[in-house]
Amino acid sequence: MVQRIDMDHARFRQIVRGRIKKDLKRYITQGELIGRRGRDAVRIPLPQIHLPRFRFGTNEPGGVGQGEGADGTPVAADPGAGAGRAGELEGEHVLEVEVTLAELAQILGEELALPRIEKKGKRELRTAAERYAGIARVGPEGLRHFKRTYRRALRRQLAMGTYDPDNPVVVPYRDDKRYKSWTRKEAPESSAAILYMMDVSGSMGSEQKEIVRLEAFWIDTWLRSQYRNLDVRYIVHDAAAKEVDPETFYHLRESGGTKISSAYALCARMIDEHYPPSEWNIYPFHFSDGDNWSGKDTERCVELLRDRILPRVNQFGYGQVKSAYGTGQFKGDLDAALGQEPKVVTSDIPDRDAILESIRTFLGKGR
Amino acid sequence: MTLTPELRALKEEIETHARAYGLDFFETHFEMIDFEDMNEIAAYGGFPIRYPHWRHGMVFEQHAKGYAYGLQKIFELVINNDPCYAYLMRANSTLDQKMVMAHVYGHSDFFKTNLWFGTTNRRMIDQMANHGVRVRRHIERVGLETVETFIDRCLSVENLIDLHHPYVVARAAPHATDPARAAVDPPPVPRPGAKDYMDRYLNPPELLAKERARRRAETTREPRCPAAPTRDVLGFLLEHAPLKDWQRDLLGIVRAEALYFAPQAMTRIMNEGWASYWHSTLMTEKMLRDDELIDYAETHAATMGVQPGQLNPYKLGLELWRDIEDRWDRGRHGPDYERCDDMERKRSWDTGARQGRTKIFEVRKVMHDVSFVDAFVTEEFAQKHHLFVYQKNPRSGRVEITSRDFRRIKEELLFRMTNLGNPIVEVMDMNHMNRGELYLVHRWEGRDLKFDEALETLLNLRALWKRPVHLETKEDGRGKLLSCDAERVEVQDILPTLSD
Repeated sequence: MVQRIDMDHARFRQIVRGRIKKDLKRYITQGELIGRRGRDAVRIPLPQIHLPRFRFGTNEPGGVGQGEGADGTPVAADPGAGAGRAGELEGEHVLEVEVTLAELAQILGEELALPRIEKKGKRELRTAAERYAGIARVGPEGLRHFKRTYRRALRRQLAMGTYDPDNPVVVPYRDDKRYKSWTRKEAPESSAAILYMMDVSGSMGSEQKEIVRLEAFWIDTWLRSQYRNLDVRYIVHDAAAKEVDPETFYHLRESGGTKISSAYALCARMIDEHYPPSEWNIYPFHFSDGDNWSGKDTERCVELLRDRILPRVNQFGYGQVKSAYGTGQFKGDLDAALGQEPKVVTSDIPDRDAILESIRTFLGKGR
Repeated sequence: MTLTPELRALKEEIETHARAYGLDFFETHFEMIDFEDMNEIAAYGGFPIRYPHWRHGMVFEQHAKGYAYGLQKIFELVINNDPCYAYLMRANSTLDQKMVMAHVYGHSDFFKTNLWFGTTNRRMIDQMANHGVRVRRHIERVGLETVETFIDRCLSVENLIDLHHPYVVARAAPHATDPARAAVDPPPVPRPGAKDYMDRYLNPPELLAKERARRRAETTREPRCPAAPTRDVLGFLLEHAPLKDWQRDLLGIVRAEALYFAPQAMTRIMNEGWASYWHSTLMTEKMLRDDELIDYAETHAATMGVQPGQLNPYKLGLELWRDIEDRWDRGRHGPDYERCDDMERKRSWDTGARQGRTKIFEVRKVMHDVSFVDAFVTEEFAQKHHLFVYQKNPRSGRVEITSRDFRRIKEELLFRMTNLGNPIVEVMDMNHMNRGELYLVHRWEGRDLKFDEALETLLNLRALWKRPVHLETKEDGRGKLLSCDAERVEVQDILPTLSD
C-alpha cells in the first residue's frame, strides 16, 4: 500500500496560497516578466518554503566545478542557480521552471478566479492548427529529424560492420531517415481586438505609465489565452489623439491639455473601419489620471461611448491611475453617466499593489 | 506491481553476474510503478509510508513539475533497507530497466557493506511507518496545527546532529551525587603564615569554616553539562529540554530520521560512483545486446552529464573509482611513483600489480566522501578532469573560474563536504550564567553564518528549550553573541571564549 501525497500537497499549497498571493503581486508589480516575452516564456520560481537553519552566509566563496575555460571565465549562465551549488553537495536548491505565457495566464486565472470568456463571433467557422507530434518514415527533407536519422544510420552501420571509429563518417540511407510528422487540431475561430488608449498629457509621469504597462501585459496575457487571434492597437492622446506603436505608447511623453473625447472618437473610427463586431470581440481600455479639458468634453465622451462604442464592444474598461496633478474627476463622471451600463467597468489604480485587484475588476466578468 | 516475466529473468541474470563479480548485496526487490507514484514515493524519500507533513508536499510539487516540464526525471530510487527496495518506472524501455537494475545492485552492495551504514536501521520501512502512526496519533490528540508547528521547529534544527554519532562512545556525565566525587576532599584553605599569637586574628576560625564550606559546595556543585561540548544538539535537547511526552517523541522521530539519512549524504559521491561503476561494468561486459549499444551509450552519457560549473556526483564518483582501479592495477601509487619525475616513465608506469579490484572493494568498505576525496583526488586527477574553483567576482557580479590550483580545489572540495556543508555548532553549557540558559558555539572557520536566518533558528531553539538561548560565533573574525529570549533577539560584540 502506498500513502497518497494529496493531503500533504494540499497543505503545502494552502500555506503557499497565503504567500503566493503576495508572490504573484510581486510579479505583477516588478515588471520583470515583460522583458523576456520575446522568447514567449518567462521564468517563475517554484514556490518553496525554506525553514530557517544555521547555514553559511554571503561571504561564502563559490565552489568546485568541472569543465574548460581560463581564469575569469563565467561558469554559469544564471549566477543564482550556479552559485553555492557544487554539484548538489549542498542540500539547498532552487528549481526554476520555464512557464509559457499560456501557463502564466492559467495561473493568473486561478489566482484571481477569472471566469472563461463567453465569446461572440462565428461559432460555425473552425480553424485548424498543426502541431508537430510524432515521427514518420516518410516526409519532406525539410522536416528530417537529424538526431533520429543519425542514430538509425549509426546503428545500421555498426550492425553491418561498416562503421570505422577512426573515420567516423555516417551516411544515412533512405531507410534510416526519420521525419517529423504533425497532427491537425480544429478549434472554433475567434478573434479579439484590444484597443489601448492612454492619456500622455503632462500629468502622467513614468510611474503611471509603468502601472499601465504592467496592467496591459496581464490583460494581454489573459486574453491571449482565450482567443486564437489577438489584435492589439495603441492610441495616445493629449488634446488630440493618434495611433502609435507599442514602444511609443509606453514611452511617449507629451505635455499640454487633455481632451479624452479625441481618443474615443479615434477608437470608434478604428472599430468601424477594421473590426466588424460580428467577427471580432472588442476590448477598448482607457487609462488616464482622470483629468479632462472640460465638463463639456466629458459629455462628448459619454455620448461617443453610448452611441458608437458600447454597442460594438464586449466590454469597455477605464482605469484611473493616481498622479500628483490629476483631480481624478473623470471616473466619477463616467460612473454617474454610465454606471448602469453593464459593459462599462471602471477601476481605480492608486499604486502598483492595486494592479491585481484592478485586473480582477476588468476581467472578472467573463465578457 | 511486481516485475513482468521478461524483467524477472533479466533481474536474475544481473544478480548472478553481480554476485560473480563479488558484490555483496541485500536481497533486492523491484517494484514497477508509473511516474505519478514515482513522484509521490520520491517525495517521501523512497518510503511508501511516512509521517504527514507539508514538506513532503513541497518536494512532490518539485518532482511533479520537473517531470511535467520535462526538466527532470527520477532515474533511480532505492532505499537502504533489508531487503533492499527499488522502484522502476513503468514507461521506461527494457534497456533502461536493465541499466537501473544493474545500478541498484551497486547501491545495495554499498548499503550493506559500507561502514557508515553499519548502524543504520535496516528495517527502516517499518520504522518509518511506525513514525507515521505515532505522528498521526499525536495529531489526533493535540491537533494538526500544534503538531505541525512543533515539527517545523524540529526540522529547522535537524542538521544539528553528530554525523559520527554511531562511533562516538557516550561519556557518562560525572554526577554530583556520584559517591566517588563526594569522597574527594575539597582543596584545603590556604592560611597566610603568621606568628602564633597573630594567627587567631589573621585567620579567624569562623572565616576559615565559612571558606571551607564554600569550597566544599563548589566541588560538589553540579558539574558543567555537557561535560565536553557536543555536536549532537538534537540528542542533547532530547535528554535535557523540558518537553512534553508527545514533543519528545516528535523530536526523537526527526532525529532518528536525520541520522538514518545522514550516511547517504556523507557517501553520495562514493555511493553514486560505485553504482555507476557497476552498471557500466555489468552492462558493457555482460548484459548489453549489440543493438542496444547506442541507446545505452546515450542514457549513460545523460546521467554522467556535467553542467558547466557544477560537479555531478555520478560522474565524479565513477571517474574516481576508475582512477583508483587503474592506479592499483598498474601500481601507480606509493613513494617510488610519487618520487619519479620522468613524465614519460610515469605515463607508461606499470608494475603489473593488478590490485585494482581488490583495492576498490576495500575502499568502498571503510571510507566516506571526505576521506575518499582527500585520499584519491590527486593533482593528476584534477588536471585530467578539468576541475576548477569558481567564485563570484564582486566587481562584475558574475560567477567566474578563479583558479585551477590543485591545493585550492581540494581545500574547497573538502570544506564543502565537511559536516555536509553545514556549520559546526556545539552545545557548550546548559546552565549558562547559572540561569539555565543554553549556550551554543559555532566553530568559525572563516565563513560567517547567515545572521538573519541564524536568529530565526535560535527562536526555534528557544521554543524547544524554553529558556534563553545564545550562540557564539564570529563575523569577519570578530566575536559575536547572538542571544534570543522569548520573542526578542539581539546581537552583541564579545571576546570569543574559544581560542582557535
